[in-house]
Amino acid sequence: MAKNAHKRQVLKYAFARSTAQTALLLTLVALGAVVFFILVRGVPHVNMQLLFGNYGRYPSIKPALLGTLYLVVISVSIAAPLGIGSAIFLAEYTKSQSRFVRIIRIATETLAGIPSIVYGIFGYLVFVVALGLRYSLIGGGITLAIMILPVIVRSTEESLLAVPLTLREGSFALGSSKVRTIFSVVLPCAASGIVTSLILAVGRVMSESAVLILTIGMVVNKMPNNFASPGTSLALDVYYFGSHGYPEQAAATGVVLLVLVVVINILATILGNIFGKGELAHG
Amino acid sequence: MNQAYRFIKTRDAVMRGIFLLCAAFSVLALGCITLFLLANGLPFIGRVGLTNFFGTTWHLSSGAYGILSMFVASIYVAGLSTGMGVALGLFTAIALYKFCPKLAVPPIRQLINLLAAIPSVIYGLFGMIIIVPFLRDHVSPGGVGYGILAASLVLSIMILPTIVSISLDALNSVPRNYYEGALALGATSEQSVFRVMLPAAKSGVLAAIVLSMGRAVGETMAVIMVIGGSPVMPTSLFQSVRTMTANIAMGATELSGDSATALVATGAVLFVFALLLNVSFSMLSGGEERGKKRTQKTGA
Repeated sequence: MAKNAHKRQVLKYAFARSTAQTALLLTLVALGAVVFFILVRGVPHVNMQLLFGNYGRYPSIKPALLGTLYLVVISVSIAAPLGIGSAIFLAEYTKSQSRFVRIIRIATETLAGIPSIVYGIFGYLVFVVALGLRYSLIGGGITLAIMILPVIVRSTEESLLAVPLTLREGSFALGSSKVRTIFSVVLPCAASGIVTSLILAVGRVMSESAVLILTIGMVVNKMPNNFASPGTSLALDVYYFGSHGYPEQAAATGVVLLVLVVVINILATILGNIFGKGELAHG
Repeated sequence: MNQAYRFIKTRDAVMRGIFLLCAAFSVLALGCITLFLLANGLPFIGRVGLTNFFGTTWHLSSGAYGILSMFVASIYVAGLSTGMGVALGLFTAIALYKFCPKLAVPPIRQLINLLAAIPSVIYGLFGMIIIVPFLRDHVSPGGVGYGILAASLVLSIMILPTIVSISLDALNSVPRNYYEGALALGATSEQSVFRVMLPAAKSGVLAAIVLSMGRAVGETMAVIMVIGGSPVMPTSLFQSVRTMTANIAMGATELSGDSATALVATGAVLFVFALLLNVSFSMLSGGEERGKKRTQKTGA
């Protein structure tokens, strides 16, 4: 009797264990399939016409490449100073318990949890309707900046907190002011972490599309002239081509986007690793 | 000397003010978002009436702005995708935690982190060119591939990396001596993992569930490519329907006037829903854990 119960237990757990292993395999297969099929469908259609051709009989992603570049430049150049400044304030100037800090922290976390389409509506209401800019790259870029801000704040704050306190004390002991300490001691030490977080933010900007569908107008066939023109981005092009009868071109654009995002993430990882080790060595 | 000192003092104060302003910007932005959405959405809901807005008919030319069917579709998609994603992701995390070769874990983690960065349109495109045709030809009884099942499948794959990495972190943060203690009491390795470690990591796993549910509710692009888009009450898994996010994105490029405001109101509902999920997330992942992390960091 007892032996039977024991046997059942053993069987049950052996089953649970193999379920877990099967799940791992399935996860890898499912995620692998996404990448695999996009590559298989897309790679044969990546050609000069798609990449740099003029938009005519066949679609081209030249406007999207330029549009994406505009968006990255606008959003990162706004979000980086704000995010880094914000992180400096949180990490260097405050005791973590004060009410004001708690409010800032809650606000940042809430911003991180808002669906991107809601940011899109906000951008639409502010830039397209209230400010009367119509659909524009600058409106989309600023909206994206607000969206990536929490990411930059959080990871910058973490790299600042990882700088040993003794370095700051050493700097103060030599007579440096607070600002001097921050700019010549703390920030250089945390530079790698901050750069990594900025690179990841660039990746987020390139991947985002729901915000842009409401703010930049998805004009896929015209090169944007300046920051105020309407435009498109790579991710938007994937959607546009996919839902307007060009699935091959969509997959090909997907391949381009995928390669860019993967390169950016690997770059960030490598950078983080190199500098991470360096910091340990002299820390 | 005195002057130089005063200069440094002023500079310090000015810079502190600038940093403070940067930090206050997040609060300002959140305030603006809330204000703009509610100020544009709520009066509209008031004007067309609650019964109209939360009704089942969305027919713009006759002034019917009911989003109930979309709300229901959103809930179905989020529930189904989170269910499938969590079942698979949690077991995957458990396998990575104890039941797979040690050497394989770091590369698999790296890979999964990388996959978390794949843009959602790519998942959507995958759904459109692979999952939808497959469902249409082999699974669906009525020959319709679009719909709730397609969207849920796409989203469950999309949220897998998040679930796996948060659950694995939660398991890893359980003290190792729990595991050893269970072994010492005569439990097998499997028993200790499933009966001791997993319950101990419960709050982290719950946080992963809430977070991925938030992503599933808020996801737009991956969904509109596979959901079909008809504003009708879902009655089947294989039927063209529309979620709240899809409603906003599909109307976005064409509508104006009242119809556009209806989209803003949909967004306001979505926003409130996301806030609720957010609050429950921060209650689950708790101040205590973050507090711990902070003291460790500053102590180092």
